[in-house]
Amino acid sequence: MHDTLKKPREIIMVSYAVRFPELAAKSKSVAGEVDMDPATVEHDRQRLLAVERLILETICFNFTSKMPFPYVIKVGRAFSATKKLTKLAWRLAIDRRSIADVFRIQVVSNSDVRSPIVTLGSTSFFHVRVNNLYIVAVTKCNANAALVFEYCYRFISIAKSYFGKVDEEAVKNNFVLIYELIDEINDFGYPQNSEIDTLKTYITTESIMSSAAAVEESSKITTQATGATSWRRADVKYKKNEAFVDVVETVNLSMSAKGTVLRADVDGHILMRAYLSGTPECKFGLNDKLVIDKNERGMGDAVELDDCRFHQCVRLDEFDSTRTISFIPPDGEFELMKQVSINVKRETANTCTNFNNKLSATNVVIRIPTPLNTTSVDCKVPSGKAKYVPAENVVVWKIPRIQGGAEMTFSGTAQLTSTTNRQVWARPPIDVDFQVLMFTSSGLIVRFLKVFEKSNYHSIKWVRYLTKASGSYQVRF
Amino acid sequence: MASQAGQDAKFFQRGKIQEFRAELHAAESKDKKFVKRKTVLKKIVANITMGNDMSPLFTDVVQCLGIPLLEIKKMVYLFLVCYGRSKAEQIHLVIPSFLQDCNDRNPLVRALAIRTMSYIPIPVVTESLTEQLRHCLKDRDPYVRKTAAICVAKLYTADPRKAEKGGFVEMLRDLLLDANATVVSNAVAALSEIGDRQDGVIFKLNLTVANKLLAALSESSEWGQIYILDSLLRYVPERHSDAELMAERVIVQLGHANSAVVLTAIKVLLYLMNYMENRRLMDYICKKMGPPLVTILSSGPEVQYVALRNILLIIQRRPNVLKNDVKVFFCKYNDPIYVKLAKLEIMYRLAREENAREVLAELQEYASEVDVDFVRKAVRSIGRLAIKVEAAADDCIKALLDLIETKVTYVVQEAVIVIKDVFRRYPGKYEGIIPVLCENFDALDEPESKAAMIWIVGQFADRIDNADELMDDLTFTFMDEPVEVQLALLSASVKLFVYKSQSETSKALVHKVLKWATEEVDNPDLRDRGFMYWRMLAINPAVAGEIVLAEKPAITTDSDRMDRGALDQLLLHTGTLGSIYHKNPETFIRNAGGKALADSPALNPLSRQVLVPIARSNLPTAVQIPGPGPPEPPKDAPEALGVKPILPIHGGSGSDSDLIDASSSGDHNGDEDNDEDYIASPSGAGDPYANLGGAFGGYTTDEPKPHTDDLLF
Repeated sequence: MHDTLKKPREIIMVSYAVRFPELAAKSKSVAGEVDMDPATVEHDRQRLLAVERLILETICFNFTSKMPFPYVIKVGRAFSATKKLTKLAWRLAIDRRSIADVFRIQVVSNSDVRSPIVTLGSTSFFHVRVNNLYIVAVTKCNANAALVFEYCYRFISIAKSYFGKVDEEAVKNNFVLIYELIDEINDFGYPQNSEIDTLKTYITTESIMSSAAAVEESSKITTQATGATSWRRADVKYKKNEAFVDVVETVNLSMSAKGTVLRADVDGHILMRAYLSGTPECKFGLNDKLVIDKNERGMGDAVELDDCRFHQCVRLDEFDSTRTISFIPPDGEFELMKQVSINVKRETANTCTNFNNKLSATNVVIRIPTPLNTTSVDCKVPSGKAKYVPAENVVVWKIPRIQGGAEMTFSGTAQLTSTTNRQVWARPPIDVDFQVLMFTSSGLIVRFLKVFEKSNYHSIKWVRYLTKASGSYQVRF
Repeated sequence: MASQAGQDAKFFQRGKIQEFRAELHAAESKDKKFVKRKTVLKKIVANITMGNDMSPLFTDVVQCLGIPLLEIKKMVYLFLVCYGRSKAEQIHLVIPSFLQDCNDRNPLVRALAIRTMSYIPIPVVTESLTEQLRHCLKDRDPYVRKTAAICVAKLYTADPRKAEKGGFVEMLRDLLLDANATVVSNAVAALSEIGDRQDGVIFKLNLTVANKLLAALSESSEWGQIYILDSLLRYVPERHSDAELMAERVIVQLGHANSAVVLTAIKVLLYLMNYMENRRLMDYICKKMGPPLVTILSSGPEVQYVALRNILLIIQRRPNVLKNDVKVFFCKYNDPIYVKLAKLEIMYRLAREENAREVLAELQEYASEVDVDFVRKAVRSIGRLAIKVEAAADDCIKALLDLIETKVTYVVQEAVIVIKDVFRRYPGKYEGIIPVLCENFDALDEPESKAAMIWIVGQFADRIDNADELMDDLTFTFMDEPVEVQLALLSASVKLFVYKSQSETSKALVHKVLKWATEEVDNPDLRDRGFMYWRMLAINPAVAGEIVLAEKPAITTDSDRMDRGALDQLLLHTGTLGSIYHKNPETFIRNAGGKALADSPALNPLSRQVLVPIARSNLPTAVQIPGPGPPEPPKDAPEALGVKPILPIHGGSGSDSDLIDASSSGDHNGDEDNDEDYIASPSGAGDPYANLGGAFGGYTTDEPKPHTDDLLF
């Protein structure tokens, strides 16, 4: 499963060294690697894979474990073989890695995978790739594709929270735990409770004795895992009760070469970190247009909250009828709601300086792509630093801080070399990353956050606003 | 609780059975806290993971079951799940320990035991499982009950008849009324699994149970909500108001953060809308469905892809959803290719006169990208846009000519193919550009584009001065061309002759081609067509000319969407694999059952007319499991499956067109027909060329599809 694309390449490289000894002798690298045109290598790689498939097919290598069974029995009977021999043949016919092999050939070693879902015969593979790992789900029925992918994402986030990172090393280091987790969060293909907080109470890296002492504890766990608030333990205690709310908005903008805005929308996320004792009941208020209009206060800065999605702790029916966002929060960090506003009030176009000039954008990074045959770039910038990064074919212009309303110009001259084999330049758009603190481009404002708990403690709430763009603010040219 | 990082990677080394056996035995002595045996077991599990057969260690591993350490127990159980099936004669060794765990005081252990047992489909195990399962389904702990519910589904897979005889299906049914929402949702999931089997019992819901399930919705986990929502499709509304009330309760779920919940809720709403009457409410629902769909587009690319493929279906059936949102489907530079291709298709569907300019600008942008398939599809979309939106046709043609200027071969070829259709759509308007096309003749090397160009030359031979020279050049390689091109050449040379019957070259040419087609070629289609032309020309050249150059019906794109009955059926699979491929699951998955809208008095008359029934073959003696609560009125099973006289209107041939006209124009049906979202195109139905799927040939070549070749299987 963890085969990388490198493998065939290495075989090809060795074959070149054998086929063209004179080139290998000239080679500068230690291993005698021959310099080859990448296109040729790719071509040979495809051929190699095709040959592999051909060989497997020719020897009738059968990947399915079910197909040969009847024949094994039939042949066994026909030759009146002993039961033992037939059984051995049967066992040989079962290849437990079969499904993994099919996936490896069809997806992992295929350089041109054009869909996250591959269906072969009546078997379908769903995959999500993280770094060099594939999270794969296999089914033989008409599965709910959205559910499968959401489950894969959830698995990744659980793994992250358990091991910190998801890569080959982490998987190998924690394989027993992963088996345990999967057994718990998935039963017969049906995802079960997958709330990280609850899972951590009973799937741990420490050893648990299955003694009588644990019984009472277990009953508590099971009640929680199946209960209505499966995301929260009942016995949370903090000395200081605090809740942090981060309103983070990611600006998606693409602008054409002529400067017309093709698309401008904002992905809003409200993240909450709740460090609250007991089972707190929270009420959350935003400048929701519907509520404000009803109260006729006539505030101009209300936003429509129609297209938002909430964490499962929020009571959706209550929001629908009374427009209040009420919930019992999970312990720790979670995403309370997501929102996309299509009608951005303040057009964030034109080099992101259209906001109030009391604010300032920080960490502005502008990446200007250059043609592939660029050798050097002379840059002139009024502030910040601009540098040509040959490895990525971009000029990176970093500005630590821009005051609102300011305008800046970049001018640069690129030296190009003439090349013989012209590769097509994909002309990626100019990409702008930035952060603006205490500003939301949709105009969303948190009006209140109330916490009610039996013990009636005092809680401190903090709210932060951040508008940012990373990889989503693009200007074509 | 802080999880220290595991250090188990070292266990991933191939080990020998003998060594492991020796290690396990050695570990038995002086094993403080069982650390030694835990280590050996980890090595064994690592080897299972790598695919090495560890089954000979069966008896040795089983010995470890006595150790009171949950971690070890779980590893041994994992071993049993892997090899229990192939060790039928030794499995009895573990039964006592299973039974002991089934009666453990710890609910987690009880659940673990039945869960593991149900994964081993061997008679000895299932036998003892059935005993235990009966108790566990009534366990006082909800965690055990919810696990037991799924175990019933597994038991049913292993031995359907035993599960039925044991009364487990009825017990599951009782669990639908459990006080705990998680138990309810798992019972629903298990019943659905059983109901989806071809030999399974029929699982249907009546209003009372459906409402009970809806009530459990708010307390279920996100996955549980999906199972419950999914099961609502098993409820057939008898009155409009039932469907409407239920929809109002489901709408709330559109705000859920889990996109699978949202898509399943949309599936239920689309389903219920077939049984509704209240036009206002339906419009409201359509309006409500748009924003959540747009929000899914900010999730991961895989989920986006699922949503996009579904949106494509939804907007064909309910054009009001997302009508004004074409901009959100503009491709981002870093979208994966599958997302881009799906977005492109939606952009074309949503293009209208008001937004055609923006869409065209985007398509032009895409036509200069690097991915060949994407570029081709973009170029074709420009042509399709020209055909669809008359007001934009001029700009589209200009864009196509600009693209031809680039001289990139695949761009030019795509452009030629669509321009052919543009000529058909707007006769007498754009023929002025033919010279530009002729200049690029040499760039064409694919059959489809070549055939298109040849068609253009033949059709407009009277406007091309050197048409006979061109045709003469083209026929030079006649015998080496693919059939598609040969057919085009044959027709074109006949047309040329009709236009220029005085010219000697064209006379010689048509003679030459007819001779080749009838004498040298093996293909029967080509030969027959050759004979037909030859005889026509021989009998009466004037009439032959009239026939060959007869006025062609104009083509439209109004009807290049799926027909409504098929759409209604496909939308029952919203969010599933079938909706990705736009295919009904029974057509590409072995043993998959189909779905069809069930008939009821509340079913929209138009939906009923276009109902596509499914033939559920080899139905066993139908064991109908009524839900708890008041019994349903007795109903004939086949009728419920939609076997009703159905009007044959999917012929697509001309004679059926009146029928479609009558059924699709709302005036005829008066108030009854309140479902006009789907605008059937009366003109399209009668047009034999209406189905542009064929006209646009390769447009769908990159369409996602399951691979039917079972080569690797």
